[in-house]
Amino acid sequence: MDEILEILAGDARISASEIAKMTGKSLDSVKRAIQKYEKNGTILKYKTVINHDMIPGNGSLVRALIEVSVAPQKDVGFDYVAERVYSFPEVKSCYLVSGTYDLLLVVEGDNIHTVANFVASKLSPMENVRGTTTHFLLKKYKEDGQILKKQPSLKRLNISY
Amino acid sequence: MTQISKKVEQLAPSGIRAFFDLILGMKDVISLGVGEPDFATPWHIREKAIFSLEQGYTSYTSNKGMLELRKEIASFLRQRYAMNYDPNEEILITVGVSEGLDLVMRAILNPGDKVLVPEPVYVSYRPVVELAGGTPIILETNIANGFKLTPQQIDQACGEDAKGAKALMINYPCNPTGTSYTRQELEAIGRVAKKHHLLIISDEIYDELTYDFDHVPLASLAGMKDRVIYFNGFSKAYAMTGFRIGWVSGPAAVVAAMTKIHQYTMLCAPIMGQMAAQEALKSGFKSVQEMKREYFRRRNYIVGALNALGLECHMPQGAFYVFPSIQKTGKTSMAFAQDLLKQKKVALVPGVAFGKSCDDYVRISYASAYESLKEAISRIGSYLETS
Repeated sequence: MDEILEILAGDARISASEIAKMTGKSLDSVKRAIQKYEKNGTILKYKTVINHDMIPGNGSLVRALIEVSVAPQKDVGFDYVAERVYSFPEVKSCYLVSGTYDLLLVVEGDNIHTVANFVASKLSPMENVRGTTTHFLLKKYKEDGQILKKQPSLKRLNISY
Repeated sequence: MTQISKKVEQLAPSGIRAFFDLILGMKDVISLGVGEPDFATPWHIREKAIFSLEQGYTSYTSNKGMLELRKEIASFLRQRYAMNYDPNEEILITVGVSEGLDLVMRAILNPGDKVLVPEPVYVSYRPVVELAGGTPIILETNIANGFKLTPQQIDQACGEDAKGAKALMINYPCNPTGTSYTRQELEAIGRVAKKHHLLIISDEIYDELTYDFDHVPLASLAGMKDRVIYFNGFSKAYAMTGFRIGWVSGPAAVVAAMTKIHQYTMLCAPIMGQMAAQEALKSGFKSVQEMKREYFRRRNYIVGALNALGLECHMPQGAFYVFPSIQKTGKTSMAFAQDLLKQKKVALVPGVAFGKSCDDYVRISYASAYESLKEAISRIGSYLETS
């Protein structure tokens, strides 16, 4: 991966001029590279990683992993069904996987009923969906490489040789 | 009548200890004074240490250290640097490189023997020579030549006050300057060492943190193996400082002599650390490499930022230290460090800790989060404006 992408993936707030200093590249070339990545869709978005458990009143937000078995369509395979499924805003992530089922969804809702309702009235009735299994998330420990519990600071002495 | 030996009484610059104590009592300090990596030991290594405790590995090991670990080290040295060491005769596991340096001096020196010591130098070098009854001969380096020891300098010293010297100590990449040497430079140093029959005590603990070229062990150069005593360990490359595991590899006679002292003073390195070190060598390479890229960026940032503040700073080739000059402030390194700590709560190590000739410098460690480095630089900037 390009070093610029690597730095931004770790901290999206680092400015182009700081990246230039870190990498020894010129400010201009860093700016141009970032613009190129934004334009061609390599960089899709700059987001903040939020631990939703820390937000008061947000405790009721419910997430579920849903396994979906799908009958693939002639010519378009799974893509057609996947597109119909991921277009629902409730679907936060959608993956095609190998194994005993085909699509793995991450679905979010205000409460358990919203998610149940989505499965019962939207997902299951779709003509190519052969079956679903829903797992409600009970607790999040780590997401996308980020441990959600605040980590203790390093126990180093402030000064040592 | 004092109860303490003269030799010990004369050790260590007195001001530094007091300065360190001052920092220990302070809160909210941004520290650029830390001589260890800023990440915890990779989890697979810690997990192995825990597992070894659960399995009941709590005993002594052989004096030389566990044979499995020595074999693992031998194969690491072979694969990484094409060096061949016999795990039975030529490798000793020590409690960090620090113990190894003390052992080697006691093993090779007779009273009054001279040892060439470059300056700036890691804090323990002079004391271990002096404690072993030797006489350190200081070879000063400075920022103008990037703190590099030159063959001419060694050659000249060996014709003058270092005549008949027994050994040369070298540490690269260097704590405190970050300076390292290319293959050509090392070959030249090797030639002059041969000419003057010097043993080379080569401390290469920061080898994995070399940025601008490949690290070359002195012992791997043609004809040098019998002359070089090679030191390395797990503290820096695997962030295992607290495990206290290092090793020495060198000529069998020297390693045997060091083992004699080690068995009477240390008995053996702790077994839990040795188990963890084995795990590090088996699969720990990646975590080092990941950090290296990060340190490389921080180095570029901090050298640029210090020079922009008007503190002359050379671009070091390794480790995680820079050694900028504070000469233009007109302060001693201790006064500078104390003022900066009191006024701006930024901690760094005064150059004088690394030798009398280093009072125009301070050591800055960039093994800290990028955010902290940025904040520290801004505080140093505002300190320079107001003082």
